[in-house]
Amino acid sequence: MNVHEYQAKALLRAFGVPVPRGELACTPAEAEQAARALGGGLVAVKAQVHAGGRGKAGGIKLAKSASEAKTTASEILGMTLRTAQTGAQGKVVRKVYVEAGSDIAREFYLGIVVDRASEKLAIIASTEGGVAIEEVAERSPEKIISVHVDPNLGLQPYQVRRVGFGLGLNVELLAQLQAFLAPLYRLFVEKDASLAEINPLVSTQDGELLALDAKLNFDDNALFRHPDVEALHDPDEEDPRELEAKKIDLSYVGLDGDIGCMVNGAGLAMATLDMIQLCGGAPANFLDAGGGADKEKVEAAFKLILRDPNVKAILVNIFGGIVRCDLIAEGVLAAAEELGLGVPLVVRLQGTNSREGREILAASGLDITPAQTLAEAAEKAVAAARAG
Amino acid sequence: MAILCDKNTKLLVQGMGRMGQFHARLSIDYGTQVVAGVAPGKGGQTIDGIPIFDTVRQAVSVTGANASVIFVPPAGASDAVLEAADAGLDLAVCITEGIPTLDMLRAKNGLRGSAMRLIGPNCPGVVTPEQCRIGIMPAQITRPGPVGVVSRSGTLTYEAVDQLSRLGIGQSTCVGIGGDPIIGSTFTDVLALFEADAETRAVVMIGEIGGAAEEAAAAFVAKHMSKPVVAFIAGQNAPPGKRMGHAGAIIAGGKGRASDKIAALEAAGVTVARSPADIGETLAQRVPDLVA
Repeated sequence: MNVHEYQAKALLRAFGVPVPRGELACTPAEAEQAARALGGGLVAVKAQVHAGGRGKAGGIKLAKSASEAKTTASEILGMTLRTAQTGAQGKVVRKVYVEAGSDIAREFYLGIVVDRASEKLAIIASTEGGVAIEEVAERSPEKIISVHVDPNLGLQPYQVRRVGFGLGLNVELLAQLQAFLAPLYRLFVEKDASLAEINPLVSTQDGELLALDAKLNFDDNALFRHPDVEALHDPDEEDPRELEAKKIDLSYVGLDGDIGCMVNGAGLAMATLDMIQLCGGAPANFLDAGGGADKEKVEAAFKLILRDPNVKAILVNIFGGIVRCDLIAEGVLAAAEELGLGVPLVVRLQGTNSREGREILAASGLDITPAQTLAEAAEKAVAAARAG
Repeated sequence: MAILCDKNTKLLVQGMGRMGQFHARLSIDYGTQVVAGVAPGKGGQTIDGIPIFDTVRQAVSVTGANASVIFVPPAGASDAVLEAADAGLDLAVCITEGIPTLDMLRAKNGLRGSAMRLIGPNCPGVVTPEQCRIGIMPAQITRPGPVGVVSRSGTLTYEAVDQLSRLGIGQSTCVGIGGDPIIGSTFTDVLALFEADAETRAVVMIGEIGGAAEEAAAAFVAKHMSKPVVAFIAGQNAPPGKRMGHAGAIIAGGKGRASDKIAALEAAGVTVARSPADIGETLAQRVPDLVA
């Protein structure tokens, strides 16, 4: 789960990580007020959307006075921000964060991630602050400092020194880095984060370290024990269909093709999308109904797929292991009867009770195209979508 | 021979809820020796003829169990893994989906130095055809033979196994390693077991987007595998930044793409099927004399 910059900074502040002073504003008037409360001097007005690259896209602007902050906020609020991470449709800005300006001496990158390869927490730092770390890794990998922390031992002082001396910090700033990293690490593990990115981390002319930008991601699997983090969820930032799917415990990702897919199991669902594309078609969605899909799930999945106006055909691909294909067939029939099938339906049932399932579908009299293999199912769905 | 489990495996079940009981029964029907269940507070009871114990240590000392299958819900699953290791088991297979990543990270680091092998979590389990079923796989689609199967997926594994069986190609052992970012045994670990197994003559490996486990496996194959390996990578057209069902199946920061994995595997001499419908056929062509 992602959170906004202003939410991330509130969490950082609560854990004792130094961040600039700032306030949230939803209207230009609020932005003016916020700027005044921050002293009336230089502020940054920052669009609050879940996407990187906001600065380049015009979502972050400086204002020298409170009245200028108002004008700037009126420009940013309501704009559709398009960055490399938002895709072509962009994201509408509903909130801005007004932050006291900082007197920047140097910019760095600092991040914590779960490193899958080493099975440790990795602290990543670089003197190349303010640019995407992937670019730095590509262009000049020698400028990346990476320190692996054993989660059972926690962050050690020598590891902070490795980061600090690696960044070329002086002894005063090194002490500040310890005071910065220790609470950041504590926040990461206590709140089950999956990514913490401070980019840029800045040193000021006064010799302070500050988190100028902050991005936090949290592990969805651990939200059950962090209701405070879950409360930060912003539904405006998500595809409404994905939200709907989550509520009924289905895994759904909207895509831009015209073949609706319902599959049990994530791997088989991905493979089904691959198969459709190999046959020259384009899937409308990824949908994993789960290894334990039942009649109710199938019905709910159908409703979700049919809400997409682009869908011209539906492909159901079930490999019954634990799931019984006869129950899936009943779910398909119930959904078809309730919702009315406006589009061709291709169903492939394989595995446990697949023969019974196929018989149920055949006996229904509904216009359902059966398929035996994965390839046959995809070919038939692609042909149906083309004809539709 | 096979790997990980065979007819001599004595299995205990941690977490005897609805799912644990259901699959314990299916495993018994398949011929697996299910010797104990562990459910704290229910020690002394019997469920479906299976004696229940409060702790894994008690179950081991009374029944001689040497492997465990874990169905404990996410919040307690990493604790169950560590309890299994503490009791001296050889193998634990964790089926549980949705375990917090940091729990697994701590458990995985905590297991260093332990002799127990962990498979999973978020996996369908392990089947050695006609000998032992641990987990939730539909064992009836397997048949005994010379091909090792290792996969990050559940139902896609069934699809691949089914393709093999229909071609008359049997399996030595089918292993689902799980779809989470942090798992007990990686492709590389299981490939090493298959390489050392006299009964296994070839391996089918099913990967997917996310992480770099397939790239690590490719490096292992190039250096250490004498047996032919055929692979498929799911998610060839998955959009970046989206979690595709599995917690570990996400292209992040330009890393974890299917195309990179396929290139690494092919450079290591692995034959990669482009279509998920051709996994069995690709193996049959690469190693023609496997068909029984």
